Amino acid sequence: MSATATRAIQVEDLVKRYGEFEAVKGVSFSVGQGEVFGFLGPNGAGKSTTINMLCTLTRPSAGHATVAGHDIVRERDDVRRHIGLVFQDPTLDGYLTALANLKLHAELYGVESRLVLPRAKQVLQMVGLWDRRDGTVSTFSGGMRRRLEIARGLMHSPRVLFLDEPTIGLDPQTRRSIWGYIRQLQQQEQITIFMTTHYMDEAEWCDRIAIMDAGRIVALDSPETLKAGVGTDRVTIQTDDNAAAIRALADEFGIEASIAEGHVSFGVPEGETFVPRLFRGFSVPITGVSVSRPTLDDVFMSYTGSTIRDAEEDPSTAKNRAMMRMMGGGGRR
Amino acid sequence: MSTVEEPTTLSTGAPSTGSPREEAIEVVRVSVPRRSARSEYRAVKIVWRREIIRFVNDRMRIITSLVQPFLFLFVLGGGLQQLSSAGTHGVDLKTFIYPGILCMTVMFTAMFSAASIVWDREFGFLREMMVAPVRRSSIVVGKALGGATVATFQGLIVLSLAWAVHVPYSLGLVLGVIGIQVLLAFAITSFGIMVAIRIKQMQSFMGVMQMVVMPMYFISGALFPARGLPTWLTVLNRVDPLAYAVDPMRRLVFSHLQISPAARHALDPGLAWWGWRMPAILEVAVIAVLGVGMLAIAVIEFAATE
Repeated sequence: MSATATRAIQVEDLVKRYGEFEAVKGVSFSVGQGEVFGFLGPNGAGKSTTINMLCTLTRPSAGHATVAGHDIVRERDDVRRHIGLVFQDPTLDGYLTALANLKLHAELYGVESRLVLPRAKQVLQMVGLWDRRDGTVSTFSGGMRRRLEIARGLMHSPRVLFLDEPTIGLDPQTRRSIWGYIRQLQQQEQITIFMTTHYMDEAEWCDRIAIMDAGRIVALDSPETLKAGVGTDRVTIQTDDNAAAIRALADEFGIEASIAEGHVSFGVPEGETFVPRLFRGFSVPITGVSVSRPTLDDVFMSYTGSTIRDAEEDPSTAKNRAMMRMMGGGGRR
Repeated sequence: MSTVEEPTTLSTGAPSTGSPREEAIEVVRVSVPRRSARSEYRAVKIVWRREIIRFVNDRMRIITSLVQPFLFLFVLGGGLQQLSSAGTHGVDLKTFIYPGILCMTVMFTAMFSAASIVWDREFGFLREMMVAPVRRSSIVVGKALGGATVATFQGLIVLSLAWAVHVPYSLGLVLGVIGIQVLLAFAITSFGIMVAIRIKQMQSFMGVMQMVVMPMYFISGALFPARGLPTWLTVLNRVDPLAYAVDPMRRLVFSHLQISPAARHALDPGLAWWGWRMPAILEVAVIAVLGVGMLAIAVIEFAATE
């Protein structure tokens, strides 16, 4: 086995351009075998483009990457044989039954005929759908379909499973259960999982996460380390004049604050003791206050200067998304 | 690489509810072989089978796609009979247009089958096929064969109506008609796939159908003899690929009819280029070559899509 085979995914300076627009601006990282690795960032950050390159669906403009020990450009077929894919948009055949979808997949991937049914049984049991194997997919709920897609992605025993926004559009309870399944599958199948999400709470399930913003990786570590790195509590205050409050915070306390979701927000080492001091001597009337321990949202904010929701509402990312769709890459299509 | 490991068992609990559903799951490990002729064959077969399964499950489509041929044959054919009896030398108009209807059924069913590529794109299933470790051409070939099979099946239903339009059955007729239908179905499906790969929305595909397929059908001479037409129509008729399927079909059917030479001369004039009547075998070859050519274009286009 070569040296690269010890890493499930190895990426060096991967770049993707669509005409003038650079969707991915040179990312490098590696994922160990058996790891659950998350890509976190707002829509349009380049997550889907990166995942598409690693899955051999899109050719990189520059850079190298290997997946399961195979080069994503020169050994496309070998990569495809060893990866499972679950896309953000459904790709099931709604006219067929759950089992028929799996069998079709097995035929396309050349799974040995006598193993098709036992394997289908195993993966369907793993996602709790064996009892529904003869149900037509069009009658399934969103959560069931997603579970079936995950089962199908595992059908050919891939070494790396790619999940592009596996829980998008699902209610919180279903999302939780999908995550339960994913962690369980990862242990049972001993595979590497590479996933993207823009739900902060979901990133907590990952062993390591990379935060992506505007085509670059801005931070990469375990969720705990990243949160510890922020080192401050987040204080959010409501005022009638946010601009004045930000000026006053800078003048009176030397704190650099910003506006997030309509409120003034800033980080301080000890929030509980700071707030009484703030109330005693602040020149702008405060109508509400909250103090919170660092979350991944704060990590994101400390690296990108905005919350993930604000980043998504930024018109420039919306434009990028529209552009990528026009170019036929990435995005939701 | 080993195909199976020792079966081991482990237990699982449903993580959502946390209930300890102790169910033994047998772990089966499989492996994906390298690309080979056999894996491509399996891919072609499963794509073909999927088309058949979907068609068989969709009874509504089987019936609706028969409505149009029936309308043309019995309503149009029966209704215009009184006007045309002078010109048909005693031959029933339904008999005359029957070969055209045999082609029509195949043609429309084949186009609808090709449309499944547009549906597959809209509903995302196309992607599942695109990322599989098989050649794109296997997928296109599977689709073309599937569409051709389905269309031929529809054609057979119309073939079984021969008695109703005074065409006597014979082995030669049945085999000949099936042969032309298979070829036409394959060619039209290939054409449809070639168009469908470029089109992202179902409405546009339907638009193309109206713009291209209907005129092609009317110009082909399926409903009138291709002789003594205005010059512009003659030119269009000669360049219409479908004419090369309608003409041999009509020749075949008419060769089994007992009719006067005058009627034969009037109704089955054949396709002529500057007075030279093309042999049926050449006409059939035109369809075959076009079919293969369009399939090749479809394969190239499909391979180029990301």
